[in-house]
Amino acid sequence: MTTDVAVPPALPPGPPGGGARPRSRFSVPGGTALGVGSAVLYLSLIVLIPLAVVAWRSVDQGPGYFWRAVTTPDAWAALTLTVGASILVALINLVMGTIIAWVLVRDRFPGKAVVDTLIDLPFALPTIVAGLVLLSLYGPESPLGLNLAYSRAGVVLALLFVTLPFVVRTVQPVLLELDKEMEQAAASLGASPFQTFRRIILPNLVPAMLSGTALAFTRSIAEFGSTVLISGNLPFKTQVAAVNIFSQIEGDNTTGAAAISTVLLVVALVALVSLDLLQRWGSRRG
Amino acid sequence: MAIEVRDVNKSFGTTPVLRDVSIDVESGSLTALLGPSGGGKSTLLRVIAGLEQPDTGTVRISGVDATRLAPQRRNVGFVFQHYAAFKHLTVFRNVAFGLEIRKRPKDEIRKRVMELLELVHLEQMADRYPSQLSGGQRQRMALARALAVEPEVLLLDEPFGALDAQVRKELRTWLRRLHDEVHVTTVFVTHDQEEAIEVADTIVVLADGEVEQVGSPAEVYDNPANPFVMRFLGPVTEIGGSLVRPHDIEISTEPVEGGTAATVSRVVRLGFEVRVELQVEGRDAWVQVTRGFADQLALKSGDVVSVRPTPGARSLVLATV
Amino acid sequence: MAKYGLRTIAVLYLFFLLVLPVGLIIWRTFGDGLGPFVEALTSASAVHAFQVTLTVALWAVAANTVFGVGTAVLLVRHRFPGKRLLNALIDLPMAVSPVVVGLALILVYGRFAPVGGLLESWGVQVIFSTPGMVLATVFVALPLVVRAVVPVLEELGDDQEQAAHTLGASRLQAFVRITLPGIRWALAYGVVLCLARSLGEYGAVAVVSGRLVDQTQTLTLFVEERFQNFDQPAAFAAATALALIAVITLLLTKLLRPKG
Repeated sequence: MTTDVAVPPALPPGPPGGGARPRSRFSVPGGTALGVGSAVLYLSLIVLIPLAVVAWRSVDQGPGYFWRAVTTPDAWAALTLTVGASILVALINLVMGTIIAWVLVRDRFPGKAVVDTLIDLPFALPTIVAGLVLLSLYGPESPLGLNLAYSRAGVVLALLFVTLPFVVRTVQPVLLELDKEMEQAAASLGASPFQTFRRIILPNLVPAMLSGTALAFTRSIAEFGSTVLISGNLPFKTQVAAVNIFSQIEGDNTTGAAAISTVLLVVALVALVSLDLLQRWGSRRG
Repeated sequence: MAIEVRDVNKSFGTTPVLRDVSIDVESGSLTALLGPSGGGKSTLLRVIAGLEQPDTGTVRISGVDATRLAPQRRNVGFVFQHYAAFKHLTVFRNVAFGLEIRKRPKDEIRKRVMELLELVHLEQMADRYPSQLSGGQRQRMALARALAVEPEVLLLDEPFGALDAQVRKELRTWLRRLHDEVHVTTVFVTHDQEEAIEVADTIVVLADGEVEQVGSPAEVYDNPANPFVMRFLGPVTEIGGSLVRPHDIEISTEPVEGGTAATVSRVVRLGFEVRVELQVEGRDAWVQVTRGFADQLALKSGDVVSVRPTPGARSLVLATV
Repeated sequence: MAKYGLRTIAVLYLFFLLVLPVGLIIWRTFGDGLGPFVEALTSASAVHAFQVTLTVALWAVAANTVFGVGTAVLLVRHRFPGKRLLNALIDLPMAVSPVVVGLALILVYGRFAPVGGLLESWGVQVIFSTPGMVLATVFVALPLVVRAVVPVLEELGDDQEQAAHTLGASRLQAFVRITLPGIRWALAYGVVLCLARSLGEYGAVAVVSGRLVDQTQTLTLFVEERFQNFDQPAAFAAATALALIAVITLLLTKLLRPKG
């Protein structure tokens, strides 16, 4: 970091991630090979082969069948609801998560440490409990008189609950490490607090904000447990894709379930790959 | 006067960091705030920039009372020790930042930024991001960024502190030359006396939050106000109850008038310079002589010699313990 | 001004989304004292659900811990073709819906699937039985130990291990005496996360267990089944018990989380 081009480098630059001992790429020692073999076998038996079978099952009766399974009215309604609600939830998280992270890093108030710990509660709480908890406050017996049970608002609420930590926890460390002197430099160059926020702070937070949002989105797409109780699983109204898959499995229509599952997998993977590309784009400027 | 600081006090919690500090910085000068770490010099610089508020006292910049003015309205350029580069902006946009905030026309910004990048020898780097620059280049970019808004004063906080020795030396000379070209009133903080002496035309020595001495490099080196300043600005040794610079001591093999008897304990040859370590009245002391002189006397350990301060040399009498 | 505005927004959001709902269910559970809570959790079905949950979770945690540490060491200390791919695949379970996990396992290990049929003929029933539930739990909690250990292992560097080798330690000795103590807190962090996820898994287990009351019913399934059968006290009691486990987990992870 403190090297200067004024000093000619004494050695040619090493390979990226230098310091690693040079070793031929394909001569893998026996111990390593055994380890890699075991790890890959474990991963294959539990994760890769089953998922591949899902994808295969969804298309083995031809693309037409796949398409019909995905576009049956109830499946299509579930998919559009899931994607729509997830986009909404991702956007709310983008804003609220950033605000919460900001308050946790830049503000001081009594009880802040408790609030900071609570943020992770949705990750620790079983999803079915999350759903039950929300239903008891926002259900038919709501002490607030606010009944969101069996409504799409209830679905969004459940998704907001389980995805709360993503944006907060990705933005918070970046904000913590943000060089305070950058802001002071901007101030001494004449920038107002708002200009400093918009031109200096926000651009530095954007990669983390987007990556947290993408994670919240993929989680929403996949969510099952928290929506079961509060949504009431009304087809065409509140049934999300995961619940639709569940009811198809219960009805022994595993091929239909596999088709919708494949759509969910693809949407999640697209989101994650875009996230990865985004992070690389971000780290290019380091 | 470009900067007038009057009776400034500042505490962090219960720890006072600046105590009744008053200094004047002349327009167009290059002033060093020199002192040990924790002496309050960085805080003073930040008070001048408006990044810290003094508890009491006033700061005037170009005759205007700036004490309660927000940093963005003081028109000072501030260069941070760790550059505070805007990581998400290119070198060009970093330098242009202050001008964009001031809503200058695009053409003017482009012209001014390119001029400045040339001045700091970064014209080839305009489209790079700070992460692609070396430390020295980042520091020069930070300097160009601060100069872009044509500040009335330029403030640099340990500008070379994070760089390695070689680059540090180059940048020092370069800063001196830059100042001769640009003539902006400049104040920089350093804990390195050599840097202050080489670069500055005025040195303010700060320790424990107080101004110990203000003067030209020659004045503070040759006529230190107290033992602290003398020790801080260069090597010293103690002979006959006085603090003397080791190169201001005469050494002879014969007893001389006003001399003190000493025993040579070791002779260290450091190229041109020879360091003669002595025992004087039961205490360790040392004298710096040239190689030729040492050869002439043929000094070796165990020799008994006579030492005294060179006539006219500045020495400080220490309070007897 | 803006400061108080943001603080108010953040605190209100968290209050209505998080604090009030969780607080309310605890209040409702203990509203009539500790008696009904204890009673609901000591019913034969609840105790059985506890046992099933623990059995499944312990097996899953054990498997993922061994796999997690081994894979973390491979990823950080070894070079092999396909390393990047393996690294990416580890996170795959995070992107998969729990229901899809269940479906995937049924399609491979179900009675009418080739592998499941073969296992069945050997007398091993996977789906609708404990092995399937363990598999499902292993699937969803798979990345947790790896991701907790990898950064610490990276930071640790291999200097100390190499030093141990030069002092005559074998690979295993270096691992047990040097590496393992170095990663113990991260490992504990990962294990706690993995355990919490395993105890709380609902969707994947719901699919592969068949939800057979008093047979394959875990605590989370118990909550859902009791609620659907209008036995709110039991559902709330079990939910509160799970919430308390979650809070304990939270405090433990807070304690164990690698600092800085």
